[in-house]
Amino acid sequence: MSLIHIKGGRIVDPANNIDKVSDLCIKDGKIYSLEAPTEKADKVIDASGLVVMPGFVDLNCHLREPGFESRETILTGSMAGAAGGYTTLCAMPNTDPVTDNEIVATYVKYKAEKEAVIRVLPVGAITKGKCGEELADIGRMAKAGVCALSEGDRTVQNAALMKTALKYSKMFDLPVLAYSVDTDLAGKGSMNAGDAAALLGLKGISADSEEVMVSRDMILAGSTKARLHLCHISTSGSVTLIKQAKERGVDVTADVTPHHFSLSDEDIVDYDANYKVNPPLRTKEDIVAIKEGLKNNIIEVIATDHAPRHIDEKNCEFEKAENGIVGLETAFALSFTNLVDKNVITLSELVKKMSLNPAKIINSDLGTLSVGACADVTIADIEKDFVFDKTRSFSKSRNTPFDGKTLKGKILYTISRGNVVFEKGSIKGECK
Amino acid sequence: MYERKDLLGLRDLSGEEIMTILNTAREMKAKIDDPSLRDNSLEKSSIVTLFYENSTRTKMSFLLAGDYQGAIVKDLGVGTSSVQKGESLVDTGLTLDQMGINIMIIRHRMTGAAHLLARNVKASVINAGDGSNEHPTQALLDLYTILERKGGFKGLKVVILGDISHSRVARSNAFGLTKLGAKVTLAGPSTLVSSSMRSLGVEVATDIPKAIKDADVVMGLRIQFERQKNMPFPSLREYSSLFGVNDETLKYAKKDCLVMHPGPVNRGIELSSEVIDGANSVINVQVKNGVAVRMAILKLLTENRR
Repeated sequence: MSLIHIKGGRIVDPANNIDKVSDLCIKDGKIYSLEAPTEKADKVIDASGLVVMPGFVDLNCHLREPGFESRETILTGSMAGAAGGYTTLCAMPNTDPVTDNEIVATYVKYKAEKEAVIRVLPVGAITKGKCGEELADIGRMAKAGVCALSEGDRTVQNAALMKTALKYSKMFDLPVLAYSVDTDLAGKGSMNAGDAAALLGLKGISADSEEVMVSRDMILAGSTKARLHLCHISTSGSVTLIKQAKERGVDVTADVTPHHFSLSDEDIVDYDANYKVNPPLRTKEDIVAIKEGLKNNIIEVIATDHAPRHIDEKNCEFEKAENGIVGLETAFALSFTNLVDKNVITLSELVKKMSLNPAKIINSDLGTLSVGACADVTIADIEKDFVFDKTRSFSKSRNTPFDGKTLKGKILYTISRGNVVFEKGSIKGECK
Repeated sequence: MYERKDLLGLRDLSGEEIMTILNTAREMKAKIDDPSLRDNSLEKSSIVTLFYENSTRTKMSFLLAGDYQGAIVKDLGVGTSSVQKGESLVDTGLTLDQMGINIMIIRHRMTGAAHLLARNVKASVINAGDGSNEHPTQALLDLYTILERKGGFKGLKVVILGDISHSRVARSNAFGLTKLGAKVTLAGPSTLVSSSMRSLGVEVATDIPKAIKDADVVMGLRIQFERQKNMPFPSLREYSSLFGVNDETLKYAKKDCLVMHPGPVNRGIELSSEVIDGANSVINVQVKNGVAVRMAILKLLTENRR
């Protein structure tokens, strides 16, 4: 079988507390050793001056298949993931039909195994049709292999039903990935409520619409002893609430997206809908609190909330435009540039938040370079600046506010299950 | 000098640009009453009004402002157009562009709609009201009326009352008046006047008599029932007694205070009928000035295209 020799890179493997220059060998799809091979390798990658990390795991991305293939497919989403250093994607269930039963979950798994260039795991809906009225077939989906439960782009507004869902999911040891927002409080806003919205004349979405629901979900997680993971938290108040819940012993984890610590509501210009996202870009003060939360490990995970949108869903009136930013291909560079390069967290901490921590949440043994582990490896250049060019993106959609931005932390190689799937800008030899 | 392709709002204009428009309006005003003064200076210009929301004053005054200068002026009846078949704003704009339209005047219920149109078409775009963002031509006619009556803006106290949070008129006036040196207070119930409005460089108040004290201009705004979901106050009776202006409350303002309103008025709610029809009211003068200001804008934008 195949032998890959990664030569002289800086190995960053938080699972084993390793941050040192070393060789790494991959044999037959597994991490074989942290030494040079004794036999001739089939492929040698010169990683001198580069960092070698476990492949990233994304807890929250929208691959849109089945149902919305004009925005993204499992194939194109997986390619974008590979180009961003990801080797595992948790695909959200807001598909059409909704992934709320084992048949759709099995279909996503089947398509992923057949077409995706990296691992794609289905996330099951909490309620049928994500309508928030009755539980989805949670147990049967667990048997079919969903890695978590979530309403995708919605919140279960009924507290009693959410409590039942948390209690029930615990039997199958499935984490509930909650998108917490009170829709009555959020109203019909299209950006953060505050001074920037006042200047632009857009209706705002207040921070309390998130904080009220974050509080509710953590109280319910406490009373049911279930595993709650809060997705893309965005406000300073949420960070404080999570800190307090953790101190009370609630089993809660949280993630933040790179756009929520890279941009504030003041960056929204000329009603460009590429800045429209839910939760909305918040204030500079919120960014400070989120960075503090990342630093103190109140926020354990960085997830993309990769949300591809067709051009027609964005080149329209801001208030009419759909929410969402594509994130898979910029996540590492934005995180490295805004967190590691600015001394908020170390590279090892960043790698942990993008691989080991999310892997643990979905009960997986991925996210490590331990000998014998599945060979999911990402290699990046963290020295040179590069300009992100959205036209070279592998995603089907281009809804990003980061086009033309100078960043640091370019992914050069992605190895999935022992196969080089992304190499210097091309997926298995196919260039963009 | 006004050298832009479009007129989208007062937020981004300089004081000098605003004064250019007001000074041009002064030249235009005589042409409204005296047809012999009119010329055909815009005769090769084609203008279309694109109103996604209802209007009496703004649309009619734009149509007349074009006619009085000899332009070709058409109204796209949005209600009977392909918009009803779901045609997007951008596609509608591109279609009109191909027909040789020089100036598109748009009113739309969504914030930023005029900006979107301007980005996508060759024609000049005039914002005739976008969502709860701006209504620059209304503010310009208000500014013109104040200039005509008060001779300037420096140090004037202007109080804008009512449904501030939904009001594009209040916002455009706040941007324009502060740039020209007036002191602006936005006043109304706390559920309709957000403290975030202070970022516009204005005062925010909830006590109406206190807010009106020594005002040079009192501007009432209509409660926009069509933009409310949950009523932000208990009843109209309570609203008019606590937040409306009548003869009694107006006594707190300066004697020569101007009473203004962009219309249409909910009589007896934001302003009492005595105040609307009283000696201080310039509400009807505003309407005439609206035509003059819009003539000026059409002239300036047309000249920029040559």
